[in-house]
Amino acid sequence: MNRFRLSAGAIDGLAEKARLDDAGAGACVVFEGWVRNHNEGRAVHRLDYQAFAALALSEGECILDEAIGRFELRAATAVHRTGSLAIGDMAVWVGVSAGHRGAAFDACRWIIDEIKRRVPIWKNEHYADGESGWLHPDNSPLDCVR
Amino acid sequence: MNYRLLYFASLADRAGCAAESVESQATDPATLYAEIAPRHGFTFAPTRLRVAVGGRIVDWTHTLNDGDEIVFLPPVSGG
Repeated sequence: MNRFRLSAGAIDGLAEKARLDDAGAGACVVFEGWVRNHNEGRAVHRLDYQAFAALALSEGECILDEAIGRFELRAATAVHRTGSLAIGDMAVWVGVSAGHRGAAFDACRWIIDEIKRRVPIWKNEHYADGESGWLHPDNSPLDCVR
Repeated sequence: MNYRLLYFASLADRAGCAAESVESQATDPATLYAEIAPRHGFTFAPTRLRVAVGGRIVDWTHTLNDGDEIVFLPPVSGG
Protein backbone atom coordinates (compact mmCIF):
# COMPACT_ATOMS: atom_id res chain seq x y z
CA MET A 1 0.00 0.00 0.00
CA ASN A 2 1.25 3.46 -0.81
CA ARG A 3 2.60 5.46 2.11
CA PHE A 4 1.52 8.84 0.70
CA ARG A 5 -2.05 9.31 -0.43
CA LEU A 6 -4.45 12.02 -1.55
CA SER A 7 -7.99 11.97 -0.20
CA ALA A 8 -11.06 13.69 -1.61
CA GLY A 9 -12.96 12.89 1.61
CA ALA A 10 -12.40 13.44 5.34
CA ILE A 11 -9.20 11.94 6.79
CA ASP A 12 -9.67 9.27 9.49
CA GLY A 13 -6.70 9.85 11.82
CA LEU A 14 -7.29 6.68 13.86
CA ALA A 15 -7.34 4.48 10.77
CA GLU A 16 -4.13 6.14 9.56
CA LYS A 17 -2.43 5.62 12.90
CA ALA A 18 -3.14 1.87 12.77
CA ARG A 19 -0.86 1.72 9.71
CA LEU A 20 2.11 2.68 11.92
CA ASP A 21 1.84 -0.38 14.20
CA ASP A 22 5.21 -2.07 14.68
CA ALA A 23 6.35 -4.19 17.62
CA GLY A 24 9.78 -2.57 17.46
CA ALA A 25 8.41 0.97 17.79
CA GLY A 26 8.78 2.80 21.09
CA ALA A 27 7.44 6.13 19.86
CA CYS A 28 4.71 7.46 17.59
CA VAL A 29 4.39 11.11 16.58
CA VAL A 30 1.44 12.44 14.59
CA PHE A 31 0.96 15.85 13.01
CA GLU A 32 -2.49 17.07 11.96
CA GLY A 33 -2.79 20.24 9.87
CA TRP A 34 -6.16 21.94 10.34
CA VAL A 35 -7.93 24.65 8.36
CA ARG A 36 -7.87 27.85 10.44
CA ASN A 37 -10.23 30.79 10.18
CA HIS A 38 -7.62 33.43 9.35
CA ASN A 39 -4.44 33.94 7.35
CA GLU A 40 -2.18 36.99 7.06
CA GLY A 41 -4.74 39.10 8.90
CA ARG A 42 -7.71 38.12 6.73
CA ALA A 43 -10.76 36.15 7.85
CA VAL A 44 -10.91 32.85 5.95
CA HIS A 45 -14.30 31.35 5.18
CA ARG A 46 -13.21 28.03 3.58
CA LEU A 47 -10.55 26.76 1.20
CA ASP A 48 -9.93 24.44 -1.72
CA TYR A 49 -6.91 22.24 -2.35
CA GLN A 50 -5.94 21.30 -5.88
CA ALA A 51 -3.27 18.67 -6.60
CA PHE A 52 -1.30 17.57 -9.64
CA ALA A 53 -2.08 14.02 -8.53
CA ALA A 54 0.45 11.98 -10.52
CA LEU A 55 3.41 14.04 -9.37
CA ALA A 56 2.04 14.68 -5.86
CA LEU A 57 1.83 10.94 -5.22
CA SER A 58 5.33 10.18 -6.48
CA GLU A 59 6.87 13.19 -4.73
CA GLY A 60 5.09 12.35 -1.46
CA GLU A 61 6.26 8.75 -1.69
CA CYS A 62 9.85 9.94 -2.23
CA ILE A 63 9.67 12.13 0.87
CA LEU A 64 8.43 9.28 3.08
CA ASP A 65 10.98 6.83 1.68
CA GLU A 66 13.72 9.34 2.31
CA ALA A 67 12.46 9.99 5.87
CA ILE A 68 12.45 6.29 6.72
CA GLY A 69 16.11 6.00 5.74
CA ARG A 70 17.25 9.30 7.17
CA PHE A 71 15.60 8.92 10.61
CA GLU A 72 15.58 5.10 10.95
CA LEU A 73 11.78 4.97 11.21
CA ARG A 74 9.72 1.80 11.64
CA ALA A 75 6.90 3.29 9.55
CA ALA A 76 5.74 6.58 8.03
CA THR A 77 2.52 7.55 6.28
CA ALA A 78 0.84 10.77 5.19
CA VAL A 79 -2.47 11.82 3.65
CA HIS A 80 -3.33 15.17 2.10
CA ARG A 81 -6.85 16.41 1.35
CA THR A 82 -8.03 17.68 -1.99
CA GLY A 83 -11.24 19.54 -2.76
CA SER A 84 -13.28 21.89 -0.62
CA LEU A 85 -12.57 22.14 3.13
CA ALA A 86 -14.33 23.98 5.96
CA ILE A 87 -12.79 25.67 9.00
CA GLY A 88 -11.56 23.00 11.43
CA ASP A 89 -11.26 20.24 8.80
CA MET A 90 -8.08 18.21 8.74
CA ALA A 91 -6.06 19.21 5.68
CA VAL A 92 -3.07 16.93 6.17
CA TRP A 93 -2.13 14.03 8.43
CA VAL A 94 1.46 12.84 8.95
CA GLY A 95 2.41 9.96 11.25
CA VAL A 96 5.64 8.14 12.04
CA SER A 97 6.73 5.36 14.36
CA ALA A 98 10.31 4.85 15.48
CA GLY A 99 12.39 3.09 18.09
CA HIS A 100 12.79 6.27 20.11
CA ARG A 101 11.00 9.61 20.48
CA GLY A 102 13.82 11.82 19.21
CA ALA A 103 13.78 10.34 15.74
CA ALA A 104 9.97 10.31 15.69
CA PHE A 105 9.65 14.03 16.54
CA ASP A 106 12.42 15.04 14.13
CA ALA A 107 11.07 12.92 11.28
CA CYS A 108 7.48 14.11 11.62
CA ARG A 109 8.59 17.75 11.49
CA TRP A 110 10.88 17.10 8.54
CA ILE A 111 8.16 15.29 6.57
CA ILE A 112 5.52 18.03 6.91
CA ASP A 113 8.11 20.68 6.01
CA GLU A 114 9.11 18.73 2.88
CA ILE A 115 5.47 18.17 1.89
CA LYS A 116 4.85 21.92 2.12
CA ARG A 117 7.98 22.67 0.13
CA ARG A 118 7.84 20.06 -2.63
CA VAL A 119 4.50 18.34 -3.19
CA PRO A 120 2.45 19.94 -6.02
CA ILE A 121 -0.68 20.89 -4.06
CA TRP A 122 -2.14 24.39 -4.04
CA LYS A 123 -4.43 26.16 -1.60
CA ASN A 124 -7.16 28.55 -2.70
CA GLU A 125 -8.39 30.61 0.25
CA HIS A 126 -11.91 31.99 0.18
CA TYR A 127 -12.12 35.09 2.36
CA ALA A 128 -15.01 36.45 4.38
CA ASP A 129 -15.14 39.53 2.13
CA GLY A 130 -15.91 37.38 -0.94
CA GLU A 131 -12.46 37.46 -2.53
CA SER A 132 -10.45 34.32 -3.14
CA GLY A 133 -6.87 33.67 -4.11
CA TRP A 134 -4.38 30.92 -4.78
CA LEU A 135 -1.46 30.97 -2.39
CA HIS A 136 1.93 30.87 -4.06
CA PRO A 137 4.47 31.35 -1.27
CA ASP A 138 7.92 32.92 -1.48
CA ASN A 139 6.45 36.39 -1.29
CA SER A 140 4.56 36.42 -4.55
CA PRO A 141 1.41 38.51 -4.47
CA LEU A 142 -1.89 36.67 -4.34
CA ASP A 143 -3.50 36.23 -7.71
CA CYS A 144 -6.93 37.35 -6.52
CA VAL A 145 -10.24 36.99 -8.27
CA ARG A 146 -13.53 38.28 -6.98
CA MET B 1 5.16 19.47 -32.53
CA ASN B 2 2.03 18.96 -30.50
CA TYR B 3 2.13 19.21 -26.72
CA ARG B 4 -0.49 18.65 -24.02
CA LEU B 5 -0.31 21.34 -21.33
CA LEU B 6 -1.94 21.04 -17.89
CA TYR B 7 -2.54 24.10 -15.73
CA PHE B 8 -3.02 24.33 -11.98
CA ALA B 9 -3.98 26.97 -9.42
CA SER B 10 -3.53 30.57 -10.57
CA LEU B 11 -2.12 29.48 -13.94
CA ALA B 12 -5.36 27.59 -14.65
CA ASP B 13 -7.35 30.69 -13.68
CA ARG B 14 -5.28 32.88 -15.99
CA ALA B 15 -5.41 30.39 -18.87
CA GLY B 16 -9.14 29.90 -18.35
CA CYS B 17 -8.71 26.13 -18.69
CA ALA B 18 -7.13 23.16 -16.93
CA ALA B 19 -5.57 21.71 -20.09
CA GLU B 20 -4.95 22.52 -23.73
CA SER B 21 -3.14 21.16 -26.76
CA VAL B 22 -0.49 23.44 -28.19
CA GLU B 23 1.19 23.32 -31.59
CA SER B 24 4.71 24.71 -31.25
CA GLN B 25 8.19 24.66 -32.73
CA ALA B 26 9.68 24.91 -29.22
CA THR B 27 11.88 21.95 -28.29
CA ASP B 28 12.49 22.80 -24.63
CA PRO B 29 10.27 24.00 -21.75
CA ALA B 30 11.96 27.40 -21.48
CA THR B 31 11.13 28.29 -25.10
CA LEU B 32 7.62 26.89 -24.78
CA TYR B 33 6.91 28.91 -21.62
CA ALA B 34 8.17 32.09 -23.29
CA GLU B 35 5.67 31.41 -26.09
CA ILE B 36 2.60 30.71 -24.01
CA ALA B 37 3.16 33.08 -21.05
CA PRO B 38 2.27 36.29 -22.94
CA ARG B 39 -0.72 34.63 -24.60
CA HIS B 40 -2.23 33.70 -21.23
CA GLY B 41 -0.94 36.67 -19.24
CA PHE B 42 1.26 34.49 -17.01
CA THR B 43 3.38 36.83 -14.88
CA PHE B 44 5.60 34.25 -13.13
CA ALA B 45 9.24 34.44 -14.14
CA PRO B 46 10.50 30.95 -15.02
CA THR B 47 12.82 31.15 -12.01
CA ARG B 48 9.73 30.93 -9.78
CA LEU B 49 8.28 27.88 -11.54
CA ARG B 50 9.21 24.23 -11.82
CA VAL B 51 8.42 22.21 -14.91
CA ALA B 52 7.25 18.59 -15.18
CA VAL B 53 7.20 16.47 -18.33
CA GLY B 54 5.35 13.17 -18.27
CA GLY B 55 4.78 13.53 -14.52
CA ARG B 56 8.47 14.03 -13.66
CA ILE B 57 10.31 17.21 -12.71
CA VAL B 58 12.81 18.15 -15.42
CA ASP B 59 15.05 21.13 -16.03
CA TRP B 60 14.21 23.97 -18.39
CA THR B 61 16.55 22.72 -21.12
CA HIS B 62 14.99 19.22 -21.22
CA THR B 63 14.40 18.09 -24.83
CA LEU B 64 10.68 17.84 -25.57
CA ASN B 65 9.11 15.14 -27.73
CA ASP B 66 5.94 15.25 -29.78
CA GLY B 67 2.95 14.38 -27.61
CA ASP B 68 4.63 15.25 -24.27
CA GLU B 69 2.43 16.27 -21.34
CA ILE B 70 3.94 19.40 -19.82
CA VAL B 71 3.09 21.19 -16.58
CA PHE B 72 4.48 24.51 -15.39
CA LEU B 73 4.23 24.35 -11.60
CA PRO B 74 3.70 27.55 -9.64
CA PRO B 75 5.07 27.69 -6.05
CA VAL B 76 3.17 25.12 -4.00
CA SER B 77 1.01 25.78 -0.93
CA GLY B 78 -0.09 22.43 0.48
CA GLY B 79 -0.05 21.51 4.14
